[in-house]
Amino acid sequence: MEVSTFIYPYTAWTDSFIHTAFECAAATLSGAEAAYQSMKKQGKIDNTTKFIAFGGDGGTYDIGIQSLSGAMERGHDMVYVCYDNGAYMNTGIQRSSATPKFADTTTSPAGTKIPGKMQSRKDLTKIMVGHHLPYVAQTIGYMNFKDLYEKSEKAIYTEGPTFLNVLAPCPRGWGYPTDMLMQINKLAVDTCYWPLYEVIDGKYKINYKPAKKLPIEEFLRPQKRFKHMFKPGNEWMIEAFQKEVDARWQELLDLEEITNRAE
Amino acid sequence: MTNINANTPMEKMTPGGDIYQAGNAKEFKTGDWRSIKPIFLSEKCKQCGLCFPVCPDDAIPVNKDFKREDFNYDYCKGCGVCAKTCPFGAIEMKEEG
Repeated sequence: MEVSTFIYPYTAWTDSFIHTAFECAAATLSGAEAAYQSMKKQGKIDNTTKFIAFGGDGGTYDIGIQSLSGAMERGHDMVYVCYDNGAYMNTGIQRSSATPKFADTTTSPAGTKIPGKMQSRKDLTKIMVGHHLPYVAQTIGYMNFKDLYEKSEKAIYTEGPTFLNVLAPCPRGWGYPTDMLMQINKLAVDTCYWPLYEVIDGKYKINYKPAKKLPIEEFLRPQKRFKHMFKPGNEWMIEAFQKEVDARWQELLDLEEITNRAE
Repeated sequence: MTNINANTPMEKMTPGGDIYQAGNAKEFKTGDWRSIKPIFLSEKCKQCGLCFPVCPDDAIPVNKDFKREDFNYDYCKGCGVCAKTCPFGAIEMKEEG
């Protein structure tokens, strides 16, 4: 977050903020929130403050997951926003646990030895649902950002720990033309690679079900990190990728049905 | 303090790299980074409101009547996302000399 909002000697922030080591964001914020609650109880402050933490996929899916899990379990009144570009882009495109299978990164280079990243993408949103939070959502900048705005508002104004997972394409790391940002976002949603859904008190709600679910190739083709998947002989990679997307989408549809079943 | 630039000697910088002003990023004109420039063709614009939310740098001003105005080139980095998003071809990208 600091990288995108500060260029010394400038800062974009007009609110109070703490810049901490990125895996510590949730721990730091939960401490600040606890101090605020205590001071409020003692009558030392009477204003209302909201607490928001921002972390990338590296700081959230990987090295920050224990601090995030701890803060969520303790039930602080805070929002954690993960903006997920699917690798450590800032330090040079190293793979993270949010990197999709077969993606070419500097630490999982696609070549004759390996077909890109060999492991599947971690499903962090579901891990957060497993914490039984009052509000968990997955979103993206889609159309006029309505979904993102509405979910942000719900996350901020729901009392207790809430979590937002936002897919944030990276033109350099994903290897698509910079101006195609919104088209990539749309493809991620229309192929069901990144479904838009929210979980309110354990009940799943899928916010958008594409009328025509596009084949995953549409999402993969514009991105250089998946270029090797389109070489002759590598069709099995696309098939495997599609299979994984389909299985996860079906699981989500099932979860929506199960959790909304009349009691 | 915003006179600090790439040629400022170390002794003249703030201790610990502290920033003493809030929100002063407004003074930093990111438009310098641009190599291609969006041109607003107002006669083709239908004011549908799809372009300004996608601007990563708030370079498309919106007035009180919720109508978009011409680009703010002080901040436009020339990414071209708005031009690709416009359904009416009211934004054209041009090479800058």
